[in-house]
Amino acid sequence: MNSTVLINILRFLALLAVQVVVCNKISLFGFLVPYPYILYILLYPVNGNKAVLLISAFFLGLFIDMYLNTGGPHSVACVVLAYMRPTFFKFSFGVSYEYQTIKINDRLSPERLSFIFICVVLHHLILFLLETFRFSLILDALLHTLYTTIFTLIICVITIYLIKPAKQL
Amino acid sequence: MQQIVNFLFKNSITLLFLLLLGISLTFTIQSHAYHRSQAVSSANAVTGYTSEQINNVEAYFGLREQNEQLAAENAQLKRLLYNTQDSTNRPPVTLPTELGTYKVIQSKVIINSYSKQDNYLTISSGARDGIKPDMGVVSSQGVIGYIENTSAGYATVISVLNSKFRLGAKIKKNNHFGTLTWNGKNTGFAQLVDVPRLATVIKGDTIVTGAESTIFPENIPIGTIEKVYIDKKTNYYTLDIRLFNDMTSLGYIYVIENKDKKEIEQLQQATTNE
Repeated sequence: MNSTVLINILRFLALLAVQVVVCNKISLFGFLVPYPYILYILLYPVNGNKAVLLISAFFLGLFIDMYLNTGGPHSVACVVLAYMRPTFFKFSFGVSYEYQTIKINDRLSPERLSFIFICVVLHHLILFLLETFRFSLILDALLHTLYTTIFTLIICVITIYLIKPAKQL
Repeated sequence: MQQIVNFLFKNSITLLFLLLLGISLTFTIQSHAYHRSQAVSSANAVTGYTSEQINNVEAYFGLREQNEQLAAENAQLKRLLYNTQDSTNRPPVTLPTELGTYKVIQSKVIINSYSKQDNYLTISSGARDGIKPDMGVVSSQGVIGYIENTSAGYATVISVLNSKFRLGAKIKKNNHFGTLTWNGKNTGFAQLVDVPRLATVIKGDTIVTGAESTIFPENIPIGTIEKVYIDKKTNYYTLDIRLFNDMTSLGYIYVIENKDKKEIEQLQQATTNE
């Protein structure tokens, strides 16, 4: 139990640092910035304390907002994602997900990929809609969501593979 | 009472979620509401300090470029210096008051953003160095933005690439005024709107800051006219301006304080109140 707490704290700090130092400086084609920091919310233990997840997700988003000067959309998106996570688990892994020992950071199966995909789409949709905050630019926000989702998804999958070399293979 | 406690206990996660959602939504809506209203910004000790450390490392990769920019600026200042007329037969110009009105503080951009609709920069000087909200920010090439929030050691800047940015600007040749804004599309171009139809606008003409601004001195370069079209709603010209600054790579900048700003604003307020 203690080691999972420690791992999660380290993951929080590491992903925040990577996002601030590396990912915020990437801007592919001048406007695409990936947000792999949401891996913290995705990789949080399935049966872990939900209140802790919500609060830590809120602060993770708040820190990212501070560094990016965005003013709030990241924390909204993170809190919603943390709250909706069990629903997505149910959708991707079936109703009895709590009894299986799911590990997201394992070999990539269709279930895991669909779970990560839905989470990234939800997060980015909320993020970009709140960031533009204008009805006239809604199409731009949706396009931005689409492109960034692809970029973040690729970075997330690569990160999972790099950090957890497939032992089962 | 028992039931209320039971209800709270059963739905504690949802209630916590709603609370956090409420707080973060408040931050978001506040930040979009009006100028200088951002509650969450990078102008604080923790994010400012770490960003400065990161920037210290990054700055090494742009040293050559910085040197070239400085040399170019020096050359331009030398040109001004060598070409001044003899001081004895110079006509009495308003130079002394101009010199006394503006104060310039040198600083450095530590966070630069340009991929969003509302972009902000963070600079490494704050209230301790005499920086206050609504002071102008320029580089050697031209206008960058104005100060939004300050903390003790850092300040955030509304960049030209922000939908909240507004600046009175004029065409250098014929003094026709317009308002500089950004439509959120291309980081290399800003828009000059509400230029009267009787103005002669030619591609390549220079746009500079106007005299009515209390933030910037007059005649600071902004960019050149790239494209001219007529706004169908208002029947005024809208001009695409190619900015002199490359907003995607900014280093050292100058913050300009107008000492007469308060006086001018008080006077304007007193006049409009009557």
